[in-house]
Amino acid sequence: MTAGQTMPIAKALNSALREAMRADEKVLLMGEDIGPLGGVFRITEGLHAEFGDGRVLDTPLAESGIIGTAIGLAMRGYRPVIEIQFDGFVYPGFDQIVSQLAKMRARHRGAVSMPVVIRIPYGGHIGAVEHHQESPEAYFAHTAGLRVVSPSTANDAHWMLRQAIESDDPVIFLEPKAKYWTKGEVLDAPTAALHDAVVAREGTDVTLIGHGAMVHVLLQAAEIAAGEGTSCEVVDVRSLSPIDWAPLVASAQRTGRVVVAQEAPGHASVGSEIAATIAERAFYSLEAPVQRVSGFDTPFPPAQLEDVYLPDADRVLAAVDRALAH
Amino acid sequence: MTGTEPIRLLDEAGEAVVTAENEQWRAIADELSTDDRLAMHGEMLRTRRFDVEAGHLQRQGKLGLWVPSLGQEGAQVGAAWAARPQDTLFPSYREHLIALHRGVDMLQIIDIFRGAAHGGWSPTELPGMRIYSLVIATHALHATGYAMGIGLDGASGTGDASVDEAVMAFYGDGAASQGDASEGLVFAASYDAPIVFFVQNNKWAISVPSTRQSRFPLHERARGFGLEAAWVDGNDPLASFAVSRRMLDEARQGRPGYVEADTYRMGAHTTSDDPTRYRSRDEEEAWARRDPIARLAAHLRSLGVDDAALAEQEQRAADEAADMRRRTLEAPAAASDDIFDHVYADPHPLMAEQKAALAEFEASFGSDA
Repeated sequence: MTAGQTMPIAKALNSALREAMRADEKVLLMGEDIGPLGGVFRITEGLHAEFGDGRVLDTPLAESGIIGTAIGLAMRGYRPVIEIQFDGFVYPGFDQIVSQLAKMRARHRGAVSMPVVIRIPYGGHIGAVEHHQESPEAYFAHTAGLRVVSPSTANDAHWMLRQAIESDDPVIFLEPKAKYWTKGEVLDAPTAALHDAVVAREGTDVTLIGHGAMVHVLLQAAEIAAGEGTSCEVVDVRSLSPIDWAPLVASAQRTGRVVVAQEAPGHASVGSEIAATIAERAFYSLEAPVQRVSGFDTPFPPAQLEDVYLPDADRVLAAVDRALAH
Repeated sequence: MTGTEPIRLLDEAGEAVVTAENEQWRAIADELSTDDRLAMHGEMLRTRRFDVEAGHLQRQGKLGLWVPSLGQEGAQVGAAWAARPQDTLFPSYREHLIALHRGVDMLQIIDIFRGAAHGGWSPTELPGMRIYSLVIATHALHATGYAMGIGLDGASGTGDASVDEAVMAFYGDGAASQGDASEGLVFAASYDAPIVFFVQNNKWAISVPSTRQSRFPLHERARGFGLEAAWVDGNDPLASFAVSRRMLDEARQGRPGYVEADTYRMGAHTTSDDPTRYRSRDEEEAWARRDPIARLAAHLRSLGVDDAALAEQEQRAADEAADMRRRTLEAPAAASDDIFDHVYADPHPLMAEQKAALAEFEASFGSDA
């Protein structure tokens, strides 16, 4: 067991898969190069050796085929956990996700469940070529029938994946791949439910809200701000659909100033939804308009420009300054 | 199995076709007694009357849309009878005979087209009969995945056809162009999945002819993916039965297959379609002479079945269609809770909030609104 150990996020995910497969023989893995290779990020390392061809399916290179056959396996009683190799490779399977997987239960008036997890390594900061650094969460968060989550720590990576696999609903599980090798302690039990938002750092002046790898940027910004006399609270959203509004709204009401940050483009995004809902629900507590920080509304640029495109602590701190200027 | 002519056991006049090449198929069709063949005819008639009456209901404004299967009953009845009780069928949206054969209530099909439900019936209530799929070929993958699951379960491949499970997925010549159709073939072959793809080439994908979908016979295409393939006269119910039976029994031993049934969509694509804009009256009349129901009726007469037995089937089909009409007109409207209640298995705050908000909004108009 992994309890109490400090390990990188990649290992925390690997141990979650192993434990879920040991606990339930209906859990099986599907994906490209996830067998003897262990996946391009080695998240499934050792699992093919332990569980064999019948539980770890190295699939043909066809994302629609992977997701579509996973739906059929779920109809048969299996609980497939799919690995999409990179964020930008999910789109060939998009129709099977949004028109089939997400709607299958409603179409059957509840008679059929779709316990399918789709793991997607996402986000930038790995210096890769096109299609390998995207943040597609808004597409999925907009789709009824899906649950969408993204851990930021090793503990959450482990326990949220266990919880996602136990869910009888389809879960889009977004893994912050730039943080795969960031270490943290994995506790012996989950400390939050799958869809809880949590306060990652307490503060009093400004609330910083984000998910996935961005949480690390927010914590860095909060540290810098503290040195300059501004106390920032950091809220890790963790779940993008549904969103656990109470901790977000409560923090906004405490501080009166909110910055929402994400790597994804800002237009019609998760950050937009968070900004709008906080404006609705914490309106009389706000001292300033909610500030949004995001990737630009452009295609993800060539890797030499990714540091310009992706919000860093300085861009977050500039937004903190704008919030404080009111 | 992929010669220059489709496999045929009855010619257009219902006369037996006896050749050296079709001997193996005749042997399989011989499993069907005269009573079986009469029952198959009854199912085709039942489906045809239901289909025509549903078309009338649409024209009278009682259904939003209807999808006729006129002309394809022969291909379908053969496949329906070929599937064994333990087999699972994944239909497209024109497989009315398949659904009725497996016990779906006519009203459950009607529910889809009167806008009361997306799915109509539950595959847990009717094991082995999945619901219709509207986005063409998407379900080819679901069927393949289900068949992969049968393989993983060890529920196929024992060599005993009476227990080994298999899957049949139904789609058409238009759907065959979709990537999902090809990916289904890739996965089925890669995992030796116990599945047969039953492709009704009805010549028209709405207004586009099958020659635009493929310059090459579809069954030949399937062979390129590594599947066994057969080409059958889909308006010959006996040939459709024999070929489907053999392919399913091969599939349940881990050899996936593909059947291209040569048939014709005698009606419109849907009630929104107008075939006079894209195909000739001559073509339609030529295919009307190959009507699978008339063909099997002629065959039954040659076996000594009297006209009274056929007339009784006609009457029963007409009565059932009339009953379907009456029940459709009396069917209740969908309830608004249905919007929210089945989206997620586990509790979901947005569903709870929005359902409550809608109830409150509706209540705000008062009971006499």
